[in-house]
Amino acid sequence: MIEGVSLFEIMSLTTILFFIGIYGFLTRTNLIAMLMSLELMVNAEAINFVAINKYLSPAVLQGQVFSLFIIALAAAETALALAIILHLYRLTTTIDVKEVEELKY
Amino acid sequence: MNAFSYIYLIPLIPLLAFLFLGFTAKKIKEPVSGYVGTAGLLTVFGLSLYTAYKYFFEVGLVNGKYEPYKVMIKEGWVHFTDKLAIDIGILVDPISVMMLIVVSTVSLMVHIYSLGYMHSDTGFSRFYAYLSLFTFSMLGLVLSSNLFMIYIFWELVGVSSFLLIGFYFEKPSAVAASKKAFIVTRFADMFFLIGILMVGYFGQSFDFETLNSPSTYETIQAWIVNHQIFSFMGLSLFTWALILVYIGGMGKSAMFPLHIWLPDAMEGPTPVSALIHAATMVVAGVYLVARLFPLYYHIEDGAALRVVAVVGAFSALFAAIIALTQEDIKRVLAFSTMSQIGYMMLALGVSGFEGHEGLGYMAGMFHLFTHAMFKALLFLTAGAIIHAVHSNFMKDMGGLHKYMPVSSFVFLIAALAISGIPPFAGFFSKDEILTAAFEYDKFLWLIGFLVAGMTAFYMFRLYFRIFFNKQTDYGDHKPHEAPKTMLIAMVFLAFLTIVAGFIPFSELISADRMPFHSHIHWGDPLVIASILMAASGIGIAYLMYYKETAYPQKVASAMGSGYKWAKNKFYFDELYIFITHKIIFDKISKPIAWFDRNVIDGFMNLLGVTVEKTAEKIKFIQTGRMQDYAMYFVSGVIAIVMFIVYFR
Repeated sequence: MIEGVSLFEIMSLTTILFFIGIYGFLTRTNLIAMLMSLELMVNAEAINFVAINKYLSPAVLQGQVFSLFIIALAAAETALALAIILHLYRLTTTIDVKEVEELKY
Repeated sequence: MNAFSYIYLIPLIPLLAFLFLGFTAKKIKEPVSGYVGTAGLLTVFGLSLYTAYKYFFEVGLVNGKYEPYKVMIKEGWVHFTDKLAIDIGILVDPISVMMLIVVSTVSLMVHIYSLGYMHSDTGFSRFYAYLSLFTFSMLGLVLSSNLFMIYIFWELVGVSSFLLIGFYFEKPSAVAASKKAFIVTRFADMFFLIGILMVGYFGQSFDFETLNSPSTYETIQAWIVNHQIFSFMGLSLFTWALILVYIGGMGKSAMFPLHIWLPDAMEGPTPVSALIHAATMVVAGVYLVARLFPLYYHIEDGAALRVVAVVGAFSALFAAIIALTQEDIKRVLAFSTMSQIGYMMLALGVSGFEGHEGLGYMAGMFHLFTHAMFKALLFLTAGAIIHAVHSNFMKDMGGLHKYMPVSSFVFLIAALAISGIPPFAGFFSKDEILTAAFEYDKFLWLIGFLVAGMTAFYMFRLYFRIFFNKQTDYGDHKPHEAPKTMLIAMVFLAFLTIVAGFIPFSELISADRMPFHSHIHWGDPLVIASILMAASGIGIAYLMYYKETAYPQKVASAMGSGYKWAKNKFYFDELYIFITHKIIFDKISKPIAWFDRNVIDGFMNLLGVTVEKTAEKIKFIQTGRMQDYAMYFVSGVIAIVMFIVYFR
């Protein structure tokens, strides 16, 4: 519970954050930038978990535990994604998704 | 345990020989495989003789009646209901013991004969493997204790016959003949199977002993009387079941109109013709009727038995007429076989049941026995002749008597036997058939009587044209007498042909299994008439064929189109081809094939084409670009959320 800040305001923030992520994911063609957008979306979720836990049922801690999980998962996922991107770069010397579209009809 | 617990060895030994020879056919050399097969058969022959001796003279006769012995191998092999089950067992009774002797004797002789006949043939080991398979199946058939078991072996002899007819599989005609034999007999076996199922349904058993017991046929007869409604064309369903079973026998025994495969089956090696298509397999139909004889006789006053008699008499006459005109010696013998089997069927058909009235049954079995000996001998001699002159046709022969005196002599014995000249075997059995037929129906007797004359004529036509008549110029390659192995078999069978007639058959085999006494009345006009008929047949043949004369030509032209029809086997092959090709293939099969190809396949193709076209239309959405997929996903999520928010 933060003084003077309502749940609505926090959720507005996370929504804005989430859609910035989606916008970035859909418009960037650079894989690193897309990965960053993905992180934004994940983080928005993490904030949501903490906030909702804190405001709606402060007696339990599941929401906060989940956000810790999300942070750990995001780290693992980033490592994996970076490895893939690195490998893609070695194969095609590019990390632009528009250049890599062999997997189609 | 009973006295015959060793008997399963009799079919088992040829089976083991078949497996051994079949697996090692490529490895072991020529004479060895023949010796293996022959040694196996010799054991079987010994065991069969021992069984016959023991059955007929030691344990068989109980209180003046031959009791059946049953050796069970597996009881209740397949269960349908509590009562209706298929056993695997061996039935030892007079006719199965008699068939054991027939099968093992002829098979042993053919094994010995083939050592010489098949010498230096590339398929020597394969030939012996098939012979063993056939012998196993035939012994299994005669020893079967129930209808289903007999059906299994029935098909097995069909397969071995198929394999042996098509033994020279490089020859297209042999392949065609083997297929024809298999398809025709299979077609008949379809009716046989339906008949078996119906007999099993009404009789509540497949077991021969149960089916042939008085309680069963009295129950069935009572059922028929109480259920007049279950009849078709005036005959009850059970009679029809017996007729269906008989159709199976007609297919195997080459009875009219299912006889067409037998002449073509002569494409196989000659020893095979002697074994399968003269002595053993083709009499399976006769054996089947004899097996179920009490049923045939007692149900509806023997309505099914009358069918047997009429078909038999007609086939005998029909085949004898064709045999008069054939030029290929093996085909003459094939039609003669068909004619003689017709005789056996006639004998069974006219038979009564009890005591002396069962003369026909006894005579049919007797003729089966003697016919197996002399017809096998005729075929083996024909094989020796073909071996010597390398042709099947009578025009390539003539004057062979001085080159092959032994063959000529044994052929003469066999020809006299089949013509019915005493004291050779055929006379006794044939005369008893004619006596039985005379007592039953004068018309059937007349047919049999005429056929006896024709038989004598065509046999001596064969004999004179092969061994006398014109002196064919054989060039440098002079015909020579057959090798020793072949002669041994022929001479042994000739010996049997001379003595077999003196076996007191009525003391051993009868319809009600009670021995009775029958002997030839030499002064009886019937006997004298049949001997005169045979003698006149021989006399005419002597006049026409002993020297080369113009009579055959004159008689043939006097007969006009009748001769042409008989020579072309009354165009039955053409009729069958017309029915199968023009009617069944063109009118039934082709429309069905059209329906399958166009309607069924068309529907399936339509489904496939629709899917393909749709896929072609919507494939553009798979762009390979990650943003596009993310876009679809996000739009989808938004759409679902909107749906939930607005429509809940």
